[in-house]
Amino acid sequence: MPNQSRVLMQGNEAILEGALAAGMRFYAGYPITPSTEIAELAAERLPKVGGRFIQMEDEIASMAAVVGGSLAGVKSMTATSGPGFSLKQENLGYAIHGDIPCVVINVQRMGPSTGLPTSPAQGDMQQARFGSHGDYGIIALTPSSVSEAYYLTIRAFNLSEQFRVPVILLTDEVIGHMREAVSLPDPSELTVAERRKPTAPKGEHKPFAPDAKGVPTLPNFGDGYRFHVTGLIHAEDGFATSNPKLVDQAVRRLTNKITDNIDEIYEAEQREIADADIVVFSYGGTARAARRAVRMAREKGLKVGFYRPITIWPFHDEMVRNAIAGKKAVIIPELNLGQMAREVERVAHGTTTVIPVTKVTGEILTPAEILAAIEEVR
Amino acid sequence: MTQIMLTGSGGQGMILAGIILAKAGILDGLNVTQTQSYGPEARGGASRAEVILDTDEIDFPKVVAADVILAMTQEAADKFSPKLRAGGTLIVDPAGVHTVPAVDGKVHVVEITKLAKEVTGRTVSANIVALGAMNQACSLVSPAALAAAVADSVPKGTEAVNQKALAAGIAAIGA
Amino acid sequence: MAIAGKIPTRKYLRQDRLPHIWCPGCGHGIVMQALVRAIHNVGLSQDKTVIVSGIGCSSRASGYMDFDTIHTTHGRALAFATGIKMANPELNVIVMTGDGDASAIGGNHLIHAARRNIGITCICLNNNIYGMTSGQFSPTTPECALATTAPYGVIDPSFDLCKLVQAAGASYVARGTAMQARMLEKYITNALKNDGFSFIEAIDQCPTYFGRKNKLGDAYAMMKRQQETSVSVSKAAAMTPAELEGKQVVGELWNSPRPEYAKSYDQVIAKAQQGGGR
Repeated sequence: MPNQSRVLMQGNEAILEGALAAGMRFYAGYPITPSTEIAELAAERLPKVGGRFIQMEDEIASMAAVVGGSLAGVKSMTATSGPGFSLKQENLGYAIHGDIPCVVINVQRMGPSTGLPTSPAQGDMQQARFGSHGDYGIIALTPSSVSEAYYLTIRAFNLSEQFRVPVILLTDEVIGHMREAVSLPDPSELTVAERRKPTAPKGEHKPFAPDAKGVPTLPNFGDGYRFHVTGLIHAEDGFATSNPKLVDQAVRRLTNKITDNIDEIYEAEQREIADADIVVFSYGGTARAARRAVRMAREKGLKVGFYRPITIWPFHDEMVRNAIAGKKAVIIPELNLGQMAREVERVAHGTTTVIPVTKVTGEILTPAEILAAIEEVR
Repeated sequence: MTQIMLTGSGGQGMILAGIILAKAGILDGLNVTQTQSYGPEARGGASRAEVILDTDEIDFPKVVAADVILAMTQEAADKFSPKLRAGGTLIVDPAGVHTVPAVDGKVHVVEITKLAKEVTGRTVSANIVALGAMNQACSLVSPAALAAAVADSVPKGTEAVNQKALAAGIAAIGA
Repeated sequence: MAIAGKIPTRKYLRQDRLPHIWCPGCGHGIVMQALVRAIHNVGLSQDKTVIVSGIGCSSRASGYMDFDTIHTTHGRALAFATGIKMANPELNVIVMTGDGDASAIGGNHLIHAARRNIGITCICLNNNIYGMTSGQFSPTTPECALATTAPYGVIDPSFDLCKLVQAAGASYVARGTAMQARMLEKYITNALKNDGFSFIEAIDQCPTYFGRKNKLGDAYAMMKRQQETSVSVSKAAAMTPAELEGKQVVGELWNSPRPEYAKSYDQVIAKAQQGGGR
């Protein structure tokens, strides 16, 4: 019996294991299908490692508590699904604006509104980018396997600390509820980013002054820096300002700290792009069917490549443009009505035909459906 | 690649049976995926677990054409038997399936629930009986791996009775 | 208690953030002063105390106070504070909130923070109006009073926040007024000493919007009325509901210690680490 170190694990379980490995020690949440297993496991596992779990009175409160927990110096997270993700946008925006690291898991289900609670979907892709009001940058990662859900959760915490930004793990019911074999690494093999501490003395440190990458270094509450955090547009000292120059700097920094560092943040899987006539662009649970369809097409002698963004936000225009340049068509299967196809279309800018393959029946796309779209390209 | 569906109604332990089969696959060094579909109700309603076993990387995690289908209820048999590939195997429990749907493949009618009651005194072990029968009929995983996966998955203190259930399922198919 | 005037209140305020934005005659500065004096009385460390506020005039107080401070989103101060207290129970957590912030948009959080009896002292600065948005009625605006969104008089019954919070499970509840600032300071001091959820309703005045709209005179007249309409807990006990009409009961309304939430969670940790649960 080889590979005894491999264990059968559900996607939601892998997310929680990844979070614990990344050092998450505070979880605030509210039950919602299909993410609830994450909260249940957090409630069971956190106290065993000295962490703390709280079930809050609602989704808004759980996001607020996560922001509070993070400011108190503890790596914090919550998990939800569509309706809860909508409610979390208010305080998610607060965390973005306050450069407060945290991780939000969205196990997507079919919407809009209450939708189909146990059916898979990828309908929150644009909400993850633009769901809160105002201009900002954000990071969202999309796993395509249970194992990747584990590693991307760790990466979500790392990126969150490095760039002081909320990171969304944008997964779906397919990955959340699927069980697969996962080989858990020894903790010593993992890279875990810890929170940076200020080096300037108390009284001189400006909590929102950016470093070369545009990222500030906030102290934790209780460290003795006695600083101020506000949702109002604030200057580097943390206090509200309406000085147009400072306001402009503050708002642009929130976007620029993500876009300026995109190469450090972005990851994508590319297979057989070089000789391909057609590229299938797919992400998350749907990418599993897409990868199968690409293999089937290759077996039929069709020159098809596969592009899977693992970091879905920020969107890497240049890399996507390079992958689709000169191709006959790019096919985008997704469980929504073309949310990421919009982005690809924007990048293609009329030079490559963009073919969305959409499905909103509450069922997942099959390899056959994607293969049919490939074969239709003339 | 082997594609397996375990179907019945909520509360019959189909998802647990799928998990056990997937664990056994891992013990055999295979790649596995296990998915499920169920309604909002915890009891009753259609319930199905799907398991894929493969020596290769598994792309699509859902069953496209089933090699093996277990059906514990008439509703499940009627709904899912069209998914059976030509030459596949359908295993039904007559306690729930009164009319076996026509399929282009082998059919085993196994008194799963009745055996569970006889051997263990309780019908809750029917899913374990079913696993024994399925594996004996279709050689999905090694018998040792299946026995180990059952032992690892059932509540503490019920290991022995569940091994009896497993053996009963195996014996029902015969050598 | 320390003698009035001997408390170095300036050391607890961010001098460079002053003057504050509050209108002349506003009661919020008096309540903030009472809080600062209470913090001094109890001897809380400035480095280990977090002031959390929501949105509204009163919630601007956090910016003037020299602690770790956070001016959160509208109504959510208690939810942020709950996260802070749970993640690091060593911190002293104080919430400053207004009547609209705490009881309308944040009402759910108020109920549940009280129910948990989490170690937070919540001071609700109740001036009966939304001041920041210039004079709309709040859940504590008296019935029949005028507001910009109630030009014909408020028909919504007014909320008794102390009763609400006591019923929800807070272990310390008191009501005071800006006019009787020394009493307010005493209640806040006792609230800070309570290990659990403490709620102080601080009745204060908004002469700019509530007072002017309802022809209640200037700040002095409004504060005088605070005193005239106040009835102590002991006196109120002997009064009929009819006699209490239009009055507010001031004093320590409830003081009944019970286990604090973060400490109860310490027991969860102990149980989990001993292999319990499931």
